[in-house]
Amino acid sequence: MKFTLSWLKDHLETTATVPEIVAAMTMAGLEVEHVTDPATKLAPFTVCKIVEAARHPNADRLQVCQVDTVDGRKEIVCGAPNARPGLTTIYAPIGAYVPGLDVTLVEKPVRGVVSNGMLCSAAELEYATESDGIMELPDALPVGTSAVDALGLEAVIDFEVTPNRPDWLGVVGIARDLAAAGVGKLKDVSIAPIAGTFQSPITVTVDGEACPAFAGRYIRGVKNGPSPKWLADRLTAIGLRPINALVDVTNLISYDRARPLHVYDAAKLSGTVISTRLGRHGVNGDEHLIALDGKTYELTPEMSVIADASGERPIGLGGVMGGESTGCSDETVDVFVESAWFDPIRTAQTGRATGIASDAQYRFARTVDTGSLVDGIELATKLILELCGGEPSEVLFVGEVLPAPKPILFDPAYVGQLSGLEIEPQKSLKILTDLGFKLDAPKDVSPTEFATHAESAVCVTPPTFRRDVEGKADLVEEVARIAGYGALPSTPLPEVARAVGGILTAKQARARTARRALAAAGYAEAVTFSFTHHETAALFGGGQPELLLANPIASELDCMRPSLLPNLIDAAGRNARQGFPDAALFEIGPTFHGERPSDQRTVVAAILAPKAPRGWDKAAQGDVFTVKADLLALLEELGAPVASLQTARSASSWWHPGRSARLQLGPKAVMAEFGEIHPAVLKAMDVAGPVYGFEITLEAIPEPKKKAIKTRPAFSPSALMPLTRDFAFLVEKAKPAGDLVKAAAGADKVLITAARVFDVYEGPGVPVGFKSVAIEVVVQPREATLTDADIEALSAKVVAAAEKAGGKLRS
Amino acid sequence: MTDLNTLESDVLAQVARAADLQALDAVRVAAVGKTGSISGLLKTLGAMSPEERKTQGAAINALRDKVADAIAAKKAWLEAAELDARLASETLDLSLPAPHRRKGSVHPTMQTMDEMIAIFAEMGFAVAEGPDIEDDFHNFTALNFPEKHPAREMHDTFFFNTKENGERMLLRTHTSPVQVRTMVSQKPPIRIIAPGRTYRVDNDATHTPVFHQVEGLVIDKGIHMGHLKWTLETFLARFFETDAVTTQFRPHHFPFTEPSAEMDVQCDRSGGEIKIGQGTSWLEILGCGMVHPNVLRACGIDPDEYQGFAFGMGVDRLGMLKYGMPDLRDMWSSDVRWLSHYGFSAFAAPNAASGLS
Repeated sequence: MKFTLSWLKDHLETTATVPEIVAAMTMAGLEVEHVTDPATKLAPFTVCKIVEAARHPNADRLQVCQVDTVDGRKEIVCGAPNARPGLTTIYAPIGAYVPGLDVTLVEKPVRGVVSNGMLCSAAELEYATESDGIMELPDALPVGTSAVDALGLEAVIDFEVTPNRPDWLGVVGIARDLAAAGVGKLKDVSIAPIAGTFQSPITVTVDGEACPAFAGRYIRGVKNGPSPKWLADRLTAIGLRPINALVDVTNLISYDRARPLHVYDAAKLSGTVISTRLGRHGVNGDEHLIALDGKTYELTPEMSVIADASGERPIGLGGVMGGESTGCSDETVDVFVESAWFDPIRTAQTGRATGIASDAQYRFARTVDTGSLVDGIELATKLILELCGGEPSEVLFVGEVLPAPKPILFDPAYVGQLSGLEIEPQKSLKILTDLGFKLDAPKDVSPTEFATHAESAVCVTPPTFRRDVEGKADLVEEVARIAGYGALPSTPLPEVARAVGGILTAKQARARTARRALAAAGYAEAVTFSFTHHETAALFGGGQPELLLANPIASELDCMRPSLLPNLIDAAGRNARQGFPDAALFEIGPTFHGERPSDQRTVVAAILAPKAPRGWDKAAQGDVFTVKADLLALLEELGAPVASLQTARSASSWWHPGRSARLQLGPKAVMAEFGEIHPAVLKAMDVAGPVYGFEITLEAIPEPKKKAIKTRPAFSPSALMPLTRDFAFLVEKAKPAGDLVKAAAGADKVLITAARVFDVYEGPGVPVGFKSVAIEVVVQPREATLTDADIEALSAKVVAAAEKAGGKLRS
Repeated sequence: MTDLNTLESDVLAQVARAADLQALDAVRVAAVGKTGSISGLLKTLGAMSPEERKTQGAAINALRDKVADAIAAKKAWLEAAELDARLASETLDLSLPAPHRRKGSVHPTMQTMDEMIAIFAEMGFAVAEGPDIEDDFHNFTALNFPEKHPAREMHDTFFFNTKENGERMLLRTHTSPVQVRTMVSQKPPIRIIAPGRTYRVDNDATHTPVFHQVEGLVIDKGIHMGHLKWTLETFLARFFETDAVTTQFRPHHFPFTEPSAEMDVQCDRSGGEIKIGQGTSWLEILGCGMVHPNVLRACGIDPDEYQGFAFGMGVDRLGMLKYGMPDLRDMWSSDVRWLSHYGFSAFAAPNAASGLS
């Protein structure tokens, strides 16, 4: 919403400057976005008079002028053909920045003659988009008058109107809030009715849905034409294009009172009845309207249509835009003025459907004051009679507006209770009356409310233009924002008992630990969108129809991600294409498996694309066992029962089938998957392999047991030395060595504390299709040193257990 | 005696001549070994008279000790020389680089989130979470957004396709649905923050379609706007780790709060970058207000008994401001150079004792 200072001063008696007004607006909740102040831009420019103009000695098209300026007589070179003695124009001194040229004037000779300044055109001052020669101003302007005053320019303030305050879409609404905030005094903004002298020959019918209420007036014998300068300037200043007096009056009132109007050329109306109805679709074929913007719009049953010719011919989109066929022109003699009320939601939808964002549509979509229908007509009448003459009919009013806002029972003490502000009750009530609210004794309220109200309570009735105020909290906001949020106290929150075990849930705490642990392990944390392409999602088990976005930001981001891996792999690919192929990345975030809250998981995923620079030491780059080690270390850190985890071969389809596994407590309790990403998946994503990775579902890690006390079991190391025994088993090549280790470790749960693979061998001495797995078993004697016989017996147990797991002792 | 003297000088000369441990051992065996020259002399003692044995015995034993000492000294010298020679041959070029080790990092957005959580934890807030895929009730209706109201349009919501029953799921436009879920499931007093991902159909230098918010909610008896102001002032001073944060409350409109405010922080923008705690410009930093009575009612809380405040702030944006990251979109780019430049050490976990970062 834009307005100028002089416009505001029509309704507000104030001496405040633009910066003061901007500050007051901001603190009252009118968020100023932009102030265009020509006084700043055009400060160096002043009025001057050309005294003499002689031809430049060295150039036919240039003149050397003697000019009376604010700085005295100056010699200025000018190329404009209209530079002539006696002309009153605009002078720019040396050092001035000329906005239209984007240059700062410096003293330099023009074809051998020094120019001591510049005479300016309208375009050079950005007063017009193009111009022919230097400005020609009235001779009455004295030399030295500022260009801003000479041209009648003033600051334009542009601010954001929040959707709750449609009344700020009129300058009067702004003036009212500023007056309440103490910036000035609101002038009398009431509108005197003008008596009609005859009955309108045009009548109106409304249908409550399309248009609940419609006020109209016929004015005959007007003389339309261009608006006077003050009106044209006022509209131009805020970026509107003057059209003709009748139309300009409606635009003026739209911005002055937030009251959209429409004018019909009565001679162009067909029949004597204007009716409002919903659009027709498919009844008599498609219905169309050529609107005032010259474009054709299809009318649908969701739209308000204004029609004449017994309701058959659409002549306007109600609340949005009038039709071309009945628009007012310079030839208009009789005019019919419409001041109606259209439903905000219907108007908003029509705006979206048609793409029309007119001033009327913007206002009706945000709710126009239901008390302004007749006032709007009267103000329009006054202006039309002033500008165009004519004779008004009686005002006609059909339909019904929404009931007026209901009174609110309000105890001024509630201001302090909700806001903490210390403010006198009388001051609170004065702010409300200043804003147009009506105060009554509470006896007017219903007996039930009367019974419970505090003694200091009053009845506050919001004005019809403040339908956003519905309850006492809204009234507190009115008082607080006008009194000023600067006065709010800063009150410490009451102390509360802190949760003894910290405030994070187990899952939150684990995510936090995982973040720090993976960063310490050399992975860089990435944060990626929750989206992926549906084809990529499908590669990772996602892409279900209920997870496809109806309005994605881009077609490649049209699906909720089923896994964190695709975004990380994608990132590795992007980095590689930029010349940084070595990537170790992780992310902790949500994955999506359905639309219900329980279908969302918190996942920790990491990838390793090992392409580190070559090293002189020929150290290994890292492979699938690197990520396995990092995964197990992390799970341990997160308190997962690592010792009980099974390594199952059947990982999901996006992993290399022979180089991936899942870690699980059981087939239905999969905690993590890891491995090498399937080369076909990498190919589909256009990323060079190999890429290794893992993904942990935090929800799958059992909650840690809550312990009442934090003490740990006593430390009781054995006094006896542990000893080791080595075994080598032949086992089928496809058989997991892990099974053998588990069997060996489990052969004696008391004495054996660990079993470790220290060699895996295939080749001469081992039958084809088999491998030799060498295992070191750690034995911890408990009560006494083991005898040779004890060790023999234990070895036999290990061999027997291994045999059960398919391993044959190598001899 | 002459024999002993000759033998002594002879053996000691041999010890001195021994060039390595092997030669020295040969000398030792020849002198004091089982059949050595000195050992042989000792064996002759048995055949001597006691008188003679007394003088000769002492002399021979003295000779044996002297030779043994010389051999031990020479052995120690030879061993030291040998070690020196071996070490000299083992020299490594330690200017060569150590094996490559990747340096991990914590993303600045997540570091910022951890910092915010740490500050609010100190102030007694718990952490609540909820789903990213929400329904209309939790994201809008319960938050006092009237059906089809322009305020809904301003939220640029991501929608899923309409289901057969006409319902349409959406991506939450703020973490306020978590507040709703909390108020519905818990009785006051409530003091929570709700961190998480939020979504809006928006993509430019200052907006990404996914971003992070931390919202806060305090519901109790007698909580007023002054508590809100203190909470946010305290938070911002701690967050920016400076005493000099100046803030202002400015009226604004949100459907779910009444009264509503935006908070600005004073900053200096003169040098092209934003410096908090200096200058004379104001920068909008968050939205807040007293929870609207309609929201409390929708969540089953009596607004005449309880009242409270809510606030919401953008984590990515606060991180940008604090750590001087110029472009929001970079934060989502996963560029390894950016991550390494702006990332944080694993050991920079924010805490009250050592500071935030």
